[in-house]
Amino acid sequence: MELNALTAHELIDLLSKKDISPIDICNSIISKIEKQEKSLNALAHFDKEKALERCKNLKESVNKGGLWGIPIFIKDNISVKDELTTCSSKILKGFKPPYNATVIEKLIDIGAVLMGKTNMDEFAFGSSTETSCYGPTRNPWDLERIPGGSSGGSAAAVSADEAIFALGSDTGGSIRQPASLSGVVGLKPTYGRVSRYGLIAFASSLDQIGPITKDVEDAAILLKAISGHDEMDSTSADMPVSDYVSNVKKGIKGLKIGIPKEYFIEGVDKEVKDSIKLAIEELEKLGAVCEDTSLPHTEYAVSVYYLVATAEASSNLARFDGVQYGLRAENITSIIDMYKKTRKEGFGDEAKRRIILGTFALSSGYYDAYYSKALKVRTLIKMDFDSAFEKFDAIVTPTSPTAAFKIGEKISDPLTMYLSDIFTISANLAGIPGISIPCGFTKNNLPIGLQILGKPFDEETILKIAWNYEQNTEWHKRKPMNSHII
Amino acid sequence: MNYEIVIGLEVHLQLNTKSKVFCGCSTDFGSAPNTQACPVCLGFPGSLPVLNRRALELGAKVSIALNCQIAEKIRFDRKNYFYPDLPKDYQISQFDQPLAQHGILNIITGEAEKNIRIRRVHLEEDTGKLFHQKDSSLIDFNRCGIPLLEIVSEPDINSPEEAYLYLTALKSILEYLDVSDCNMEEASLRCDANISLRKKTDKGLGTKTEIKNMNSFKGVKAALEYETKRQMDLLKDGKRIIQETLLYNTEKGVTEPMRSKEEAHDYRYFPEPDLAPFNFEKSFLKAIEKDMPELPEPKKNRFIKDYQLSGYDAGIIVSDKNTADYFEKCVALYSNPKTIANWLIGDISRYMKDNNVSIKNLNLKESYLSGLLRMIDNGVITGKVAKTLLIEIIQTGKDPEKLVKEKGLEQISDANLLEAAASQVIAENSKSAEDFKNGKDNAIMFLVGKVMQKTKGRANPNKINEMLREKLKGVK
Amino acid sequence: MAINRDTVKYTANLARIELSDKELEHFTGQLDRILAYVDKLNTLNVANLEPTSHVLDMKNVYRDDVVKKSLPVADVIKNAPSKENNLFKVPKIIET
Repeated sequence: MELNALTAHELIDLLSKKDISPIDICNSIISKIEKQEKSLNALAHFDKEKALERCKNLKESVNKGGLWGIPIFIKDNISVKDELTTCSSKILKGFKPPYNATVIEKLIDIGAVLMGKTNMDEFAFGSSTETSCYGPTRNPWDLERIPGGSSGGSAAAVSADEAIFALGSDTGGSIRQPASLSGVVGLKPTYGRVSRYGLIAFASSLDQIGPITKDVEDAAILLKAISGHDEMDSTSADMPVSDYVSNVKKGIKGLKIGIPKEYFIEGVDKEVKDSIKLAIEELEKLGAVCEDTSLPHTEYAVSVYYLVATAEASSNLARFDGVQYGLRAENITSIIDMYKKTRKEGFGDEAKRRIILGTFALSSGYYDAYYSKALKVRTLIKMDFDSAFEKFDAIVTPTSPTAAFKIGEKISDPLTMYLSDIFTISANLAGIPGISIPCGFTKNNLPIGLQILGKPFDEETILKIAWNYEQNTEWHKRKPMNSHII
Repeated sequence: MNYEIVIGLEVHLQLNTKSKVFCGCSTDFGSAPNTQACPVCLGFPGSLPVLNRRALELGAKVSIALNCQIAEKIRFDRKNYFYPDLPKDYQISQFDQPLAQHGILNIITGEAEKNIRIRRVHLEEDTGKLFHQKDSSLIDFNRCGIPLLEIVSEPDINSPEEAYLYLTALKSILEYLDVSDCNMEEASLRCDANISLRKKTDKGLGTKTEIKNMNSFKGVKAALEYETKRQMDLLKDGKRIIQETLLYNTEKGVTEPMRSKEEAHDYRYFPEPDLAPFNFEKSFLKAIEKDMPELPEPKKNRFIKDYQLSGYDAGIIVSDKNTADYFEKCVALYSNPKTIANWLIGDISRYMKDNNVSIKNLNLKESYLSGLLRMIDNGVITGKVAKTLLIEIIQTGKDPEKLVKEKGLEQISDANLLEAAASQVIAENSKSAEDFKNGKDNAIMFLVGKVMQKTKGRANPNKINEMLREKLKGVK
Repeated sequence: MAINRDTVKYTANLARIELSDKELEHFTGQLDRILAYVDKLNTLNVANLEPTSHVLDMKNVYRDDVVKKSLPVADVIKNAPSKENNLFKVPKIIET
């Protein structure tokens, strides 16, 4: 097998035996990218010379850390010093941050090699990676289909072996849903587990950075690498980070898993339902105790989310105004004209729609009816999980109600697109961790994902369940065999 | 028609922390443009704020001094509006859970005291600074993110003079607390005013205008005086006041409407998700209370009680912290506080006013002042000589005792010398001597003055007075 | 109807986004549909609930008053669309 198709933990082994060098891995990735990136469009910014240079500059002994020599791709909304960081938006054209995100500092410290930036929905506004200013990313399993979003570039790159693993960000499912639709592993950590410093904010109270990987062990490795308290982020939790890699390789006998009935409603594909049922049976075989439960306010999650997230976004994105960085419209007559034209030209449709919706939800006369009410219902959703976790160690659901849909299928109907996040949003509203792992395929050979949700700061348990499931199934080993890209 | 003036003041105060309120950039004044800025205060995408504990402590200190109730829980909110000096296009401020509320500031208007209620005190971040050129504006973000304390009064102020007194009293407290430079020229203290008029019989408030751009306390007073008259004239003509924001034009001494059309504000406040709420723990507040200096009012009462000063004298001395400190240092060296107060309020403050120096910069050691006063008491010099000497000590920085010796200013105690001078004066001013003898008692003062002149002030005027009376009686 | 054209126009102006007539039309319809969907929140009684604006139970996060190094001024202004003497430059703002 080519090096680019391996996992990080496999490469770490090979590197330690000195069978290969970081340059070998890098070259293998570059050749894969050169072969198929044109049809995939998973990357927003990639400069192979720079990637190779970083490899060469790795100091053998000095920087030898946990990910020494392992290449990693970064979602385009995570700040990398002096590298293009544009959120796949025209408004951040040419923007190179003067600083590194905390996660980037951590990765560099342990020897990881930054390869480039992955494509995404503009400002992470989307579930399909169609709203990028660089054009849509395609699903490696079917190039006519979307890879999910908003971290669709990261998911597609990992799925198609252009990347060993990648960082994504998850505000309402943007790691888990594309992982599910692209057939890879995606983990959204507990809110506060990973520093947000340097992550260009979409919705500050919901955003988390997390790993997108080829298997669960890599997710554990990468989570460990990026987690921990950061004094630059007031919302970062001062909680111990456990040794996920060794702890997840323990059995799950006796673990109690809840199956919420609200996640098996009408509108969920039969093929998806069937795969999840089989997965639950598999977990039971492994000794877990699965029981039906209820998260009664699930049906309100989308409404709450699209008010809270857009309200925060409307404020977070105000700074893209043409003053300090990024795009500034030409032929402007006044400062207000500059703002309005810059934002008209710089933002795509979905960004404009969400900013206006969020502005409306906060505006005088509507705040109580929309924003404030949404925050109160958010309390109910959080309470649902609090009481479920009194009884269960984890909750298992489908990640997405359907497999990957066609490019263009939902883009003209925002509400339908929003509803495709229905199973991932609640975890962000409640701040809890969630992981999506491959658990089957449709008859059209499209991946299906299993979502495992856990207690706050208990990533260990969901990783453990995921790892045990993965050890006993073969889904994660399947590779997209698309003739266009091979 | 009789109108009542209703004024509310909004003061923005830069707190003198070392670093900014949400990042580690320095708050020093006067650095080169954009050299005190980082991703956080520049609002770069992805950056996050972390609260400077000191800013909160200083804010709490001010709140305690203004007799406010400090909230148990405070929260930061985002105030959303687009402006180029505001890099995130929202300001981190406080909306419905401010730092403190319901305070009181006492001012003295003539003989009476008056309580001005404080509505709220809250913490926020300062904006950058704009420089306007012919065709463009330039922005320096050094100031952006310096902690600002907003202190809002209730509309309890009823004259421009009271507004001035409010600001002076506030500044005095702030200086005692040492929380800010309080310099309006450097914009470390800024003040906006709301003013309206109403008929004395009216219960509701009249339409108000907001005045900005005043850069001194006197400017605030002048602007309010102008605006009072402007509103009064309009109302007398039966015209309406338009609710608007006015800028004070210092040069012309008038208030003018802002040229840029202001839109209705919709700040869309919402809880700042990037900052955790803050709960004041008892220990936190206790530590602050322990750290509180004696404030002007308690100090005044103490001065009245301990030093037997009059309320008026004590009030003047405590109104400036440095003067009060100076006073107490002198009291430690010289045991008659009343005399020190007289000198401080009289000759010394006159000198400071004439020469535009503050007590801090005044070249008068406490030991020199007390030495000077002691020489009067001991009859070494006369009070009159002391007054001239005071100026000389300040100007030369020399020890008063040395100066007296150098210049031979000791009081003349040789009776023969005084007799001779008195006789000479009587001989030279026979008209006045006659007047006195004919019962015009006042004439004696003229003669005393003449003797003082002759002795260059070195004679004791009381002794001369006595001596002259004796002499004039004798030659009856 | 939850939202009309004028409100969308007003809101877009608050958000400083210029919209063409076509966009205005388009967005009004879409936002109206979204708000109609969101209306389901009104079926819940939320009177006695606290709003959740921070999902973690965090409080009292602060730093000490210590000065840290600022960015080099070259980094501060390097992304600026327009600048002059290390200052950001924008169209003239009329304040007075």
